Amino acid sequence: MENENNDAIFVNSLVVCYKKTVAVNNLSFTAAKGEVTALLGANGAGKTTTVETLEGYKMPTSGEVKVLGLNPISDKAKLAPLIGIMLQQGGIYPGITVKEALRLFGSFYQNPKNIDQLLDTVGLRKVEKVSYRHLSGGEKQRLSLGLALIPDPQVIFLDEPTAGVDPQGRTQIREIIKGLKEKNRCVVVTTHELDEAERMADTIVLIDNGKLVANGTLKELKSLYSKRQISFVVSQPFDTNALGSQLKTAVEHRSPNEYLLSCEPTPFLISELTGWMAKHNLLLERLDTGSASLEEIFLQLAEPSDVKPPPPTSTNTKNRTDR
Amino acid sequence: MKALVAQVRIELTLMMRRGESLLINLLIPVGFLLFFSTTKVLPSTAKHPIDFLAPAILILAVISTSMVSLGIATGFERSYGVLKRFQATPLGVFRLLSAKIITTLTIELLQLIILIPIALGLGWHPELSSWQGFGDVAVVLILGTIVFTGIGLLMAGTLKAEINLAACNGLYFVFLLLGGIMIPVQKLPDAIQPFSKLLPSYQLVQLLVTVLTKSRIAWETQWIVLILWAIIIPIVAVRTWSWE
Repeated sequence: MENENNDAIFVNSLVVCYKKTVAVNNLSFTAAKGEVTALLGANGAGKTTTVETLEGYKMPTSGEVKVLGLNPISDKAKLAPLIGIMLQQGGIYPGITVKEALRLFGSFYQNPKNIDQLLDTVGLRKVEKVSYRHLSGGEKQRLSLGLALIPDPQVIFLDEPTAGVDPQGRTQIREIIKGLKEKNRCVVVTTHELDEAERMADTIVLIDNGKLVANGTLKELKSLYSKRQISFVVSQPFDTNALGSQLKTAVEHRSPNEYLLSCEPTPFLISELTGWMAKHNLLLERLDTGSASLEEIFLQLAEPSDVKPPPPTSTNTKNRTDR
Repeated sequence: MKALVAQVRIELTLMMRRGESLLINLLIPVGFLLFFSTTKVLPSTAKHPIDFLAPAILILAVISTSMVSLGIATGFERSYGVLKRFQATPLGVFRLLSAKIITTLTIELLQLIILIPIALGLGWHPELSSWQGFGDVAVVLILGTIVFTGIGLLMAGTLKAEINLAACNGLYFVFLLLGGIMIPVQKLPDAIQPFSKLLPSYQLVQLLVTVLTKSRIAWETQWIVLILWAIIIPIVAVRTWSWE
């Protein structure tokens, strides 16, 4: 019984408890075919518990969960050939070689993907005879992704797919995810790397303390929660009140050297800002204009404790709305 | 069937690749058989030490494979998330466990093929005059496999991998020294003997010796104790099992 609206995953009022701890608290969302849905949250937010409930590892305390219209626990035998799972780490014999692992998992399914093609897809051809324990972190992630792709799954769960992967590997993984999307597969990604989620996901499900904080496309979230802004970095202290009077807007001191103006970044305002800096002999080290990033929206909504911010990409002026 | 065959093949391949498995499954039983049957360092109640040692070493081989090797490997597979990963595939629990049992029995068969000719070469004279006798030996070894596989999986499914490693090795030495394998229980201190006689290793060695010498001593008691072990331990292992 699949939903008419193309949803492959249906979560309704899900509650999962461990003894006295409520890990997931009344969570509801859907994930559609042909889309990448990112479950975002700090460590301990409940995203892994949610995904493991969808994968059939955990029993819901209450609420309803369906994957491709099936119950992950009572319909496990029917569902197993239709889903692919990439665990965050491990899940593979340390002594098994890359090709042996792919062959072994291939033997579990009726119509597995061609192992040689898969080796090329995940870029592990050169290490096909290397045992899992001797692979680099990125290679381990790509092998785990390869194992998840073997059954050509209708729904694929990826837990932190780019963690520990080098930039080339990340690009490769993003391309594979894009390909899955184009084949109308439902891709569910859990991550706390907000920059990655912003690059890959069509729909964001923001979870904090087991509760749904926000749910929608990136565009919807930005239109709902994001303000137009100018953020800048100046390494020397200065009089924020004086600058605020000049620009006729409040200057927010966000971190030791970073400041924020919550207003429309017009050419006139930027000119006024840079002029004031020049007049006071202050070096403007970075200037960003546009809407708030997903990270900033997340920080605003969830106040997470250990969300990993994206790495700095440039020290020059850039416009984040270009993404 | 394809999945089961592939799983058995990989279990055997990985077991052969693990140096510690070869040590515990092959080198220790063969080494003990050769060393202790050609020296007189161990106390013995038999006229020829090899007549006690050969059946005891066959039971030691069963313990090595089904409890130590399988238990330690499964404990680490559990801690590495391998078992969790398999849970979400069509392989299923039944085929995974079947593959482990087939692998264990295959290794035990290899051990017998290597150990029996060595023991015969060292002067062992088992008195097996009929196919019934071979059947009895097979039943004893299979019963031993059930008991020790149960003990191995009980520890692998409940303890942390490192603690399980220590526990499997520790228990191996308990069976080796106090369980009637290397030292006849009659030669142990009186206070220890009642405990030793309850251990499945002692019961198995006694049963095997009995079957091999066509004797009927304490036949019923040994069967009852062993069957109790073979029922209780697997039930406890299943009830306490945790995949992660």
